[in-house]
Amino acid sequence: MMAAWVKLRQQPWIWSFVAAFAVWTIAIVYTRGQGAGEILTAAISFAAFTIIVGLGQMMVISTGPGNVDLSIPATITLAGVVAMKVMDTDTARLLIGIVAALSASILVGVFNYFLIRLLRIPPIIATLSSSFLILSTAISYGRGIRIKPPPPLADFATARIAGIPLTAAFVLVLCIVIAVILKRTVYGRTVLAVGQNPRAAWLAGMNVDGARFATYVLSAFLAGVCGIVLSGFSGGAALNMGEEFLLASIAVVVIGGTSVAGGRANVPGICGAALFMYLLVTMLNILGASAGIRLIMTGAIIIAVIVLAGGEEAQR
Amino acid sequence: MGETAIRLDGVEKNFGAVRALDGVTLGVGKGECLGLVGHNGAGKSTLMHVLTGALAPSRGELSVGGEKIRGGWSAAASQAQGIRCVFQELSLCPNLTVAENVRIMHRALKGFGWKGRARALIRAKLDEIFPGHGISPDDEIANLAIGKRQMAEIARAFTETEGRLRLVILDEPTSSLDAVTAGQLLSYVKKETAKGTGIILISHLLGDVLGTCDRIVVMKDGRTVAERNARDFNRNSLVEAMGSEVRHERPADASRRETRQTEFIVRARPKTAPGTTELVAGKGEVIGLAGLAGHGQTRMLLQIFSRDEAQVAGPLAFIAGDRQSDGIFNLWSIARNITVRSLKALRRNGLIDGAAETRLGEDWKKRIAIRSSDIDNNILTLSGGNQQKTLFARALASDATIILMDDPMRGVDIGTKQEVYGMIRAEAESGRTFIWYTTEIEELTHCNRAYVFRNGAISAELGAGELSEENVLQASFAEQAA
Amino acid sequence: MNRRLLRTALPFISLGLVLAATFYVQPRTMSYFGLNLMLQYAVPIALATIAQMFVITVNDLDLSIGPFVGLVGCISATLLYSHPVLGVLALLLCIAAYGAVGALVHWRNLPSIVVTLGLSFVWLGIAVLILPSPGGKAPDWLKAIMAVQLPIVPFPIVAAIVIGVAVHLVLMLSSYGVIARGAGGNARALARAGWSMLWTKVAMYSLAGLFGVLAGLSLLGLTTAADAHVADRYTLYSIAGVILGGGEFVGGRVSPMGAVVGALTLALAGSFLIFLRISPDWQIGAQGAILIIVLALRALLTYAEVRR
Repeated sequence: MMAAWVKLRQQPWIWSFVAAFAVWTIAIVYTRGQGAGEILTAAISFAAFTIIVGLGQMMVISTGPGNVDLSIPATITLAGVVAMKVMDTDTARLLIGIVAALSASILVGVFNYFLIRLLRIPPIIATLSSSFLILSTAISYGRGIRIKPPPPLADFATARIAGIPLTAAFVLVLCIVIAVILKRTVYGRTVLAVGQNPRAAWLAGMNVDGARFATYVLSAFLAGVCGIVLSGFSGGAALNMGEEFLLASIAVVVIGGTSVAGGRANVPGICGAALFMYLLVTMLNILGASAGIRLIMTGAIIIAVIVLAGGEEAQR
Repeated sequence: MGETAIRLDGVEKNFGAVRALDGVTLGVGKGECLGLVGHNGAGKSTLMHVLTGALAPSRGELSVGGEKIRGGWSAAASQAQGIRCVFQELSLCPNLTVAENVRIMHRALKGFGWKGRARALIRAKLDEIFPGHGISPDDEIANLAIGKRQMAEIARAFTETEGRLRLVILDEPTSSLDAVTAGQLLSYVKKETAKGTGIILISHLLGDVLGTCDRIVVMKDGRTVAERNARDFNRNSLVEAMGSEVRHERPADASRRETRQTEFIVRARPKTAPGTTELVAGKGEVIGLAGLAGHGQTRMLLQIFSRDEAQVAGPLAFIAGDRQSDGIFNLWSIARNITVRSLKALRRNGLIDGAAETRLGEDWKKRIAIRSSDIDNNILTLSGGNQQKTLFARALASDATIILMDDPMRGVDIGTKQEVYGMIRAEAESGRTFIWYTTEIEELTHCNRAYVFRNGAISAELGAGELSEENVLQASFAEQAA
Repeated sequence: MNRRLLRTALPFISLGLVLAATFYVQPRTMSYFGLNLMLQYAVPIALATIAQMFVITVNDLDLSIGPFVGLVGCISATLLYSHPVLGVLALLLCIAAYGAVGALVHWRNLPSIVVTLGLSFVWLGIAVLILPSPGGKAPDWLKAIMAVQLPIVPFPIVAAIVIGVAVHLVLMLSSYGVIARGAGGNARALARAGWSMLWTKVAMYSLAGLFGVLAGLSLLGLTTAADAHVADRYTLYSIAGVILGGGEFVGGRVSPMGAVVGALTLALAGSFLIFLRISPDWQIGAQGAILIIVLALRALLTYAEVRR
């Protein structure tokens, strides 16, 4: 028992769950237990979207220092706009819409890696520049049109089974898939090896470029998935629908215990961190904090969590 | 020994339960060159870190110039006392110029015109130690070859501004130097001691230590186990004192075949020298790449590895010499560091078979005798020699039939070396091909054939019968004028 | 040596190209007033870029500089306007806060990206508390400085050159600048030589804070009223500016002159796009395209140089 606890305490993701639980407790203590389940359910359904893109961001960040995908918000928007426009509220066109949106997202990933690899642009700047282009594409393609999602998509995105959002189950499966990829596939190992030392990975016979390429495509793909489900959830695509995910996707990766220096990814941490982020905002809302206070608290707690988690002590 | 430059009395250093230094008493006299030898893990590095102020001793006393140091021993204090160290891994800032790196060492180099003074200082010192060095004070370190970087760092350690140089520690200073520059350095060491500077020379090249030092201290398990004048030691007595049984260098092996086969599984010509001698290797051969450091041997290996204008028939594996930058995955366990090259073969239904992975790791841990209680321990818990063994296990556990080695014995203790030599021999007999770059001429005795490199080209091909030190040196230096 | 020279020259070539294109599209901009108008916002962007560069020098990244510039604007349009002494104290406190962040990042060995990500919320929150909706007034002396009309050469160009040269002296030529850049290149070597990484980081972050304050002041001098969100984009501008200017994210390779030129290029690109009269849908996309083209050009030139 003690040993299990000691081992658990060493897991970097445990703290994000502890923090999530703490803010949830404060919130329900304040409401005297009212709506405790509802608060949690709401947090889960919102956190689900952050988790989807957080997983992609995690893979990208794990490939080593400097790797980050800033084009996630724009890709979410593009995928949402493409999906809604191609589906055109028609259930029969659901599949073709999904295929179109995901194809567009994959193209974004390919383009990002083209900029990074062939034009040697640092990932931060490359994905930032491409996000401008993607956003313009989305704006000009879907201008002024707000199309409702086909009913099955909306149902899928909002359905609850025994109070638990269906999207949560979907995200759970996604998390398991990513965790297995990381631990049990050559691609996953390659990502972690490249994140630690790309030259050593190459000399160990690994396909360094292939893994990086696949990772940027995967991140864009997941952003596309998020875009489709999110438009189903919120009754259509909007041009600013991806905005909040820029900072959120990075924040959950780091709070969740993934190493920003690369080479160490953490799937459960993403979930804990995403829950924490949403419960935090909920708690501050319940406590009646003003917008300014809410912002300050959000920032201060992100900093506090990373300070307590201890950063990268083992490394460097 | 006359006045002491620095003295340690009963110094201990613990890292948790591990006692890295176990009561070391050691003095270096003014103008004395002290040799320090010992296996990996004998405590030499810890001792150096204590002297340079990077680590504080857990117990014991330190006195500099006869004065006891009381508290506040730090890197800055050590600097101020005129103690310098040339570490095994380079301590230069790659983004700065040679002159700017000099400034980092000297607090006195500030104010108007500091750069001019820094330039003059390092240029004079480089000229003094390494005549004909070809390094400009305004060269950026990143643009210099590794040998020149080491020369710059060594010269920097000997520069003086305010305050006299008291002690210079040279930790494997010749590891990246070729024979000529290494010779220049060793003769400079003698000149410098004549001026009254104390020097500690740490080296695996026992010949250098025996030929250069006044006194030699042997360390083992965090203690000094022998201390004598250099002339009272010889190669065998030194090795004996270090604790491993003396193995006589195997004379040129008579049983080794001169295999000039007609079927080759590797053929490559250095891209830097088109139209010159071609490197060829047959099945089961051990091929040596020799010559002065940095003359194209590593480039040749990488060319073969990337199958760039090279015919290679069979899977390849690469064993790095520079463990930190080319070999080890710091965050991973020993097991994962071994299996990383074999992951594709460990797949079942597209997923890596965890049990098979563990078996492979355990198997090779045993076969290659990696000293660790658990292969799931982090790779960094191993000593340097055992980390290097892990890299050997990685290559030998793989499906590779051709194994490229980039001077893998750098900084490895003699015991480990002997084990690895035996393994290479056995693997070659079972049909694997080794292409082995080495900076130690002795190691060529394990090869069937060797290619000597000079200026990016192959300058000579030596058969097993011709692999003498003399022939290698001949080929390394011959025709320099032409 | 040659490669180094080319790396230094590239940002200037990029600026020349964007400038030439602007003159080609809109010849009237080729005048004192034209340049003055097009480049006036280059001054705060250049200052923010320099702030970012100090942080990048020690291998960190500041994702909070934009909101920080906004916060400085809010403080200056309220406190500095009504109670100058208190205002100055508040701004000094801001700089000290930056230094403290540097100490924290070093002390706990934290990833700067996350810490400054959190900070960006904090700065924004404080700014919103001070000034919930856009407003306030810029001090008159500030407006006067930013509206200075110099003979022959427009003020923004002179200001950019002064900023670039001053920072170049400090970071590239002074003996302490070497220490700062060395910290980015090989922190361990620096520690071994007895320098304190802690103080180096504190110094660099404080300088970033100082230039962030200067950026906020100069921006307020131009806009004359403050808004918490006015400079949100500056985070991205400043990073792009440093990179356009030939800086690298790790390894202490930065160029103050380049960074200023990179900032000018970015400011100019905005005007250029307006002159092109492209559809508003594609304004932002075109900005991305310009960034990509300039960087691709740099990659190609560097590549050609390496090949030779």
